[in-house]
Amino acid sequence: MKFIDEYRDREAALRYARLIAKITTRPWTIMEVCGGQTHAIVRFGIDELLPPGVTLVHGPGCPVCVTPVELIDKAIAIASMPGVIFCSFGDMLRVPGTQGDLFSVKARGGDVRIVYSPLDAVQLAARNPDREVVFFAVGFETTAPANALAVLQAHRMGLKNFSMLVAHVLVPPAMEAILQSPNNRVQGFLAAGHVCTVMGYREYEPIAKKYRVPIVVTGFEPLDLLQGLYMCIRQLEEGRYEVENQYTRSVRRQGNEAAQQHIREVFEIVPRKWRGIGELPQSGLGLRAPYQAYDAERKFGVVAHTAEEASECIAGEVLQGAKKPTECPVFGTRCTPEHPLGAPMVSSEGACAAYYRYRRFTEKQTATP
Amino acid sequence: MSDGNGFTPVCPLPIQEYPHVLLAHGGGGRLMHQLIDAIASTFASAELARRHDGAALRIGDMRLAFTTDAFVVQPLFFPGGDIGKLAVCGTVNDLAMCGARPLYLSVSFILEEGLSMETLGRVVASMQAAAHEAGVEIVTGDTKVVDRGKGDGIFISTAGIGVIEHDRPVGPEAVRPGDAVLLSGDIGRHGIAIMAVREGLAFETEITSDCAPLAAPVLKLLEAGVEVHCLRDLTRGGLAAALVEIAQTASLHIQLDEAAIPVRPEVQSACELLGIDPLYVANEGRFVAFVPEAEAERALSILQAEPVSADARVIGHVTADGPAGLVTLRTAIGTTRVLDLLSGEQLPRIC
Repeated sequence: MKFIDEYRDREAALRYARLIAKITTRPWTIMEVCGGQTHAIVRFGIDELLPPGVTLVHGPGCPVCVTPVELIDKAIAIASMPGVIFCSFGDMLRVPGTQGDLFSVKARGGDVRIVYSPLDAVQLAARNPDREVVFFAVGFETTAPANALAVLQAHRMGLKNFSMLVAHVLVPPAMEAILQSPNNRVQGFLAAGHVCTVMGYREYEPIAKKYRVPIVVTGFEPLDLLQGLYMCIRQLEEGRYEVENQYTRSVRRQGNEAAQQHIREVFEIVPRKWRGIGELPQSGLGLRAPYQAYDAERKFGVVAHTAEEASECIAGEVLQGAKKPTECPVFGTRCTPEHPLGAPMVSSEGACAAYYRYRRFTEKQTATP
Repeated sequence: MSDGNGFTPVCPLPIQEYPHVLLAHGGGGRLMHQLIDAIASTFASAELARRHDGAALRIGDMRLAFTTDAFVVQPLFFPGGDIGKLAVCGTVNDLAMCGARPLYLSVSFILEEGLSMETLGRVVASMQAAAHEAGVEIVTGDTKVVDRGKGDGIFISTAGIGVIEHDRPVGPEAVRPGDAVLLSGDIGRHGIAIMAVREGLAFETEITSDCAPLAAPVLKLLEAGVEVHCLRDLTRGGLAAALVEIAQTASLHIQLDEAAIPVRPEVQSACELLGIDPLYVANEGRFVAFVPEAEAERALSILQAEPVSADARVIGHVTADGPAGLVTLRTAIGTTRVLDLLSGEQLPRIC
């Protein structure tokens, strides 16, 4: 299939694997930031093709995983209210808060719906003037432009019954937090192609320089990942630390300026708590003052509760690349997709879920007890 | 715990429990199997414990296959089929997968107050056409009407009986190391067709369901004397769930070759767009057959001579040396991964 098959070509993949092996003279640890990349790496067994010294660790780029439990609780509280139609992307429905998940709200009679675009939620609000329609605005810079457009559209249509529960997070602050950690072992990054399609990669340049770390903007297909790894390892071997763009078919340095303009118009940068990581300053998006009528937290006045903690879960360390899922003592035993202790076991983009699905039979024996 | 840089490396999540039935309990994944196990173990039947598509029963000298199914699809009419055709094909296929010749069906309609007679008429006519095509007769039935809002237009429940005209055991227990795994055609069309109409997704090409009766190719295999070890139609949970169930029940290792599994480009595109895996998408007109390696070519040519399985091919093998109870897939780029049951239904990814 055009634009898919050519990026999954076996011979080309093996050629890149050989190239990587040829230039690698010592061990390197590289983090792929995005959960979609983690999923592809594990699904296609990319790491099987790498020389033994090259270690891939998984980053915090799964929007489902990093949405704080307090916001899931707020989502559940709002979705349980009579007269509310609560809309979300599919992945979020399974994430447990302290009192169950959104699927359970649906099972108890709540009107919880999966949508494929925030604009669908706006249309739903227009068709149901006697109901309150709430959209769970989750994601990184990738989903922010469409969510901003939904607010602008609702504003233009004069809708009073549409609002958003905003949980947007930003990638660069998370990368910096990882690099500042004394436990950091990341020597190079594969940056998330989708995020850079929107934002470009200018904001990564000072990070690469400040922390002397190569960053390669990378796509999601096997050949993208292998080429991205090759470019990253080549920089490491040559002692360079630059931002390079592997994903040229989608990403430009300046990104999509129209999309950035929509984000800037509707959202402002705010501190945001990350599930399993904690609060990072200037790491999220919140609605600007002119659009606060669309803020579901204000509209419904839901209060955050302090969440119980599953102390066995090492999701924070997994999300920082400090540990692999299989190094967790409860991986695949007390923590499974049916009974998750941490969000990375819930989402299809979560590192723990990816390992559980594709690797638990082959890697369990290597897990640290 | 904090490392002094704002990171708190713990994940504040409680243990998940499900006090209510969720939609995910019907998605063909691990939750559905847990639900079925809980119900089936209460009934304590050796036939149920075989975990096959229907029961194979001996009554006097005669061997009969007996099965039942319920249909709750929305919308009632979709590209390539409707709830009536689905109800007949689903039950016929369950009988065929027991290695039986489907003969008679029952039908129960649960109708919601307010349903138009025209809609009911179209569904019934479609059932009759499907029954005619499959060579079965609908011989008994029932109707119930529920209050408006308590149904979804029409729910249909069917049961079927067929005759097993051979002495061969057909089921996971008969699978042997060295068996070839044959797939009758491309996968994922039914699930994507339903999703496209249900969610209002517009794709450039209309994707039609593969909904079809499968008795004809199965009977041809059996009549030709092919040593068929196991048959399974691919429904909820798709190809992956069907093969994982068989590998686990047979306690054998199934090795698949991803490149050999046919997926139409339009289905592959839709799956890529939605972030879902075609191996787990529902089908209603596809099956897998396990036959000894030496019989694979002959079986393949028989299947390819039937329109419904014209695109049949060998997609993998059963091995004695691999990990028992596992299905592994050789990926397009030559690496290996495990196929496992999903928790519930596949959900489209956020980005």
